[in-house]
Amino acid sequence: MQGWLKGRGSADETIRHLLGKLLADGVVDGLLVSLRTPDARNAVPTLVRDAALLERAVPLAPVLPVNAGMALGRITASGALGRVGAVMRNCELRTAVELSKVKQVVLDDVLFIGVDCLGTYRVEDYARMVGEGLDPVVSALAVARQGRVEPLDGFAFRSACTMCERPIPGEGESYAPHIAFGLLGVESTERLWVSVRDDRLTEVLGVEPAEEPEARIAAVQTLVAARTAERDRRLTEFSERAHNPLALLAEFSTCIRCQNCMVTCPICYCKECIFRTEVFDHPSPRYWDWAERKGGVRLPSDTLLFHVTRMLHMAHACVGCGMCSDSCPVSIPVADIFRAVGQRVQESFGYVPGRDPDEEMIIATFREDELGEMGK
Amino acid sequence: MTDFEPRIVAFLCNWCASTAADLAGTSRIQYPPNVRVIRLMCSGQLDPIYVAKAVLEGADGVLIGGCHPGDCHYQSGNFKARRRVAILQQVLGQLGLEPERVWLRWISASEGQYFADTVTEMVETIRELGPAPLRGQWSI
Repeated sequence: MQGWLKGRGSADETIRHLLGKLLADGVVDGLLVSLRTPDARNAVPTLVRDAALLERAVPLAPVLPVNAGMALGRITASGALGRVGAVMRNCELRTAVELSKVKQVVLDDVLFIGVDCLGTYRVEDYARMVGEGLDPVVSALAVARQGRVEPLDGFAFRSACTMCERPIPGEGESYAPHIAFGLLGVESTERLWVSVRDDRLTEVLGVEPAEEPEARIAAVQTLVAARTAERDRRLTEFSERAHNPLALLAEFSTCIRCQNCMVTCPICYCKECIFRTEVFDHPSPRYWDWAERKGGVRLPSDTLLFHVTRMLHMAHACVGCGMCSDSCPVSIPVADIFRAVGQRVQESFGYVPGRDPDEEMIIATFREDELGEMGK
Repeated sequence: MTDFEPRIVAFLCNWCASTAADLAGTSRIQYPPNVRVIRLMCSGQLDPIYVAKAVLEGADGVLIGGCHPGDCHYQSGNFKARRRVAILQQVLGQLGLEPERVWLRWISASEGQYFADTVTEMVETIRELGPAPLRGQWSI
């Protein structure tokens, strides 16, 4: 069911009002939503049980300090004490779907509330904007109203966002959020565009059914096409750049082995990652042996192995949220690399990360009648 | 490249491929001594990280041997291995790391001759390919 809801000011204010209503009516027992920190320089995913706190909610805050899909795991994986309404952008929703397949998120307890993603900024950029008295939500909505997604003058979106071809919840996915608020091409103070998955919610929210406005359809198409083109350009660029082992080594030559990409990656969920064990802490004499054989050995060793292993373990399920690139202190375009590698694996198995919770992860399953050409 | 002797790391499952290697030995079948065997309980036990480690450390080839499809001692381990190797080869291919150096073969416990033939064929093929691209690279 799609249609309009009565506006209560800007989309931001209307959504905040509706979140309060969902909590007050007992549709959900808690909300996972971004709240302004007390200093207002950040907006962080917060489990809210007291509706009074919602006045600090910024459901459209264009910042991604952590992937909320990962946060959702914290509050559902080992037993949610009620139903949580999770306000998420689409990359976070895809994360939640992927994590549900490996039992790190329990979807039964979640009511997803999707919002059109109008782009996000790096945490430090967001803090600077707020410090300078700018309101990134107001400006994002003003542009979205005209069917566009653009960063504020003098700022740039996070790198992953600029090649995100899936910014609209439910659009092209088999799994739509229970409620999806639409902004692109339709934002106004009088009314709010919404897609709702079940009749009860239609009633609770008071949806007035309507056909999707042409302006919105066109705006979504234009955005998705532009992002897809940018994605293809960058992934091709990587493939052409790192086409041989030495070029590949060059991609990671500046890596300082902080493992931030692994820590911030929501898909890299293993509690005990092999790189946090002693498996590759070799006895000292081994390093001397290697140094003798090769003339020398870079320390710490296994830098390329670390990245290739992550590619083998998680790139097939990469949702493209870009947390890895954000957290890299030496600006390696980790997300571009992982998306480029992941895309090839995903395509060969017809797998789209985050599209459908019932689709099994590539490495979690097999078919007897596949890959017959392999092995002899 | 006449003096190049390929070094091949073989991950063989306990129940089929490594038993076949034993059979090749007890049957006195001759095959090139270029292979270093690591026995696993099942090909499905092989985390691709160890194949990647071998490839990046300069192994000229990696052979993964398991039971024929349908014959896995643990029912489905070899099917899991097949997917993992498929993913591994795609990733290596994407990175320019020569996936043709990683072989997956189904070798039953009675196929001692086939094991020897496989090793022979692999050694010759890799001799043609030349040394692994990252062999001797200190900065990996």
